[in-house]
Amino acid sequence: MSDPSAVVAIHDLNKTFGNAGAGTVALSAIDLTIQPGEFVSLIGPSGCGKSTLLRVIGDLTQPSSGSIEVNGKPATRARTDRDYGMVFQAPVLFDWRTIEANVGLPLEIIDMPKERRTRRIADMLALVELSDFARHHPWQLSGGMQQRAAIARALAFEPRLLLMDEPFGALDEMTRERMNSELLTIWEQTGTTIVFVTHSIPEAVFLSSRIVVMSARPGRITRIIDVDLPRPRSDATRALDGYFELITEVRESLKSSHGPQDHGLREALP
Amino acid sequence: MRRQLRYYLPAVAVFVGGILLWELAVRALQIQRFLLPPPSDIAAALITNWDLLLRAGATTLLEAVGGFAIGLVAGLTVAFATARFAMARGALMPFAIAANAIPIIAFAPIMNAWFGVTSPVSKMMIVAMLVFFPVMINTVRGLTSADAASLELMRSYAASERQILARVRIPNALPYFFTAVKVGATLSLIGAIVGEYFGGATVALGRIIVESASFLRFAQAWSAIIIAAALGIGFYLIIIGIERIAIPWHASMRGQG
Repeated sequence: MSDPSAVVAIHDLNKTFGNAGAGTVALSAIDLTIQPGEFVSLIGPSGCGKSTLLRVIGDLTQPSSGSIEVNGKPATRARTDRDYGMVFQAPVLFDWRTIEANVGLPLEIIDMPKERRTRRIADMLALVELSDFARHHPWQLSGGMQQRAAIARALAFEPRLLLMDEPFGALDEMTRERMNSELLTIWEQTGTTIVFVTHSIPEAVFLSSRIVVMSARPGRITRIIDVDLPRPRSDATRALDGYFELITEVRESLKSSHGPQDHGLREALP
Repeated sequence: MRRQLRYYLPAVAVFVGGILLWELAVRALQIQRFLLPPPSDIAAALITNWDLLLRAGATTLLEAVGGFAIGLVAGLTVAFATARFAMARGALMPFAIAANAIPIIAFAPIMNAWFGVTSPVSKMMIVAMLVFFPVMINTVRGLTSADAASLELMRSYAASERQILARVRIPNALPYFFTAVKVGATLSLIGAIVGEYFGGATVALGRIIVESASFLRFAQAWSAIIIAAALGIGFYLIIIGIERIAIPWHASMRGQG
């Protein structure tokens, strides 16, 4: 079972909040293997446990049972080895730090020498095109720019795995599409494996190499869809027939994965 | 410079106008001078007693600042100790919040009895008690109110508790701390002067106010009040200055200075 090359290997993982038995089943019998360099999206309705799954991978929540390995070791070990970077829905930048100091925060934590740190910060800011805003404070930047700074920060110590929890959920549609293209460019440049939580179907199709469709009560994986759209992807990708077919496919999967109660109710109505 | 002038002009006009109105009202309505002396009498008393008032002001200021420093250090020490231990916080915070709600100034005569009526230490102790509770409570709130996402971010870096304290909790606590320090600066002069009302060194603002009033020398009492007001405002402005340097990033500071 154990795949030595996998970045994430999850087997029969369960997560229950509250008391076992009486609690809410957030994740049920999750099996998922993610290979190096993949871009995997987790999509599903609210309450399907997609964020919980991401947090389990990031060792911010403990599973109730089952096994999880990140880079071939327990998730806690991966966290203390600083194997992953994390981007949340809110940028979580510190107001008391300039943008460059925010991006450099993880590098301070790992005690990187000042000179290397300065160079690394400059590289990261160039990557997300924020070089001109290095000395600004977070509140002086737009929402999209703040989120780019958060991505630069997450990539600062070259994590092998980037965990993103609806990072563009709070942005308007135009900004979100631009951020999607920029994220793909960064992904292609860095070769980092990305696990990306979203509830936007077009976003998942545009970005991913694989889409993990989840359903709620209990949270489980109902389907995994390979996205074979050509790369590099661009605005032209959004006009391809294959793009629309995949969007339909994901949408159908999400519909059919809704609980049987929902269907039962709808069919019972006149 | 010109913009600043224009900004402060209305306030200056109100101040000067208020003094003029006061002077005119006292004269025109023939208010008894011991009830409300006109500003000109107060100014005269200020000039006559200038040396005495300065020495009295220095005594009172020393009590206020000394007690403020003691209360500040004690408040911070207890805050950091309790913020670290949830158990200690649970046990102490209800009492601290209750203590903060009681009129601590009522202890002034007791502090005088404990630490000596004429000693400045008794006034410092009242001031320290007044300053301690707001500083402690606000600092604990600031240290413990860092938002969950910030703490998770630090956790994802496998940051140590000390790194989290230095990089998240303390910066997060600074605005809370300064709010308490501003309250404390005002309270410290109130505490010192009211403490002196119940007895103290002869050359102190509180004593001059009480004794002048009892001999119906109200212009002199008012001149001491003016010195106390100036000290209070000065102390407050210094704290605001430090605050601007310390937390220029805070929402309340943006676009200033």
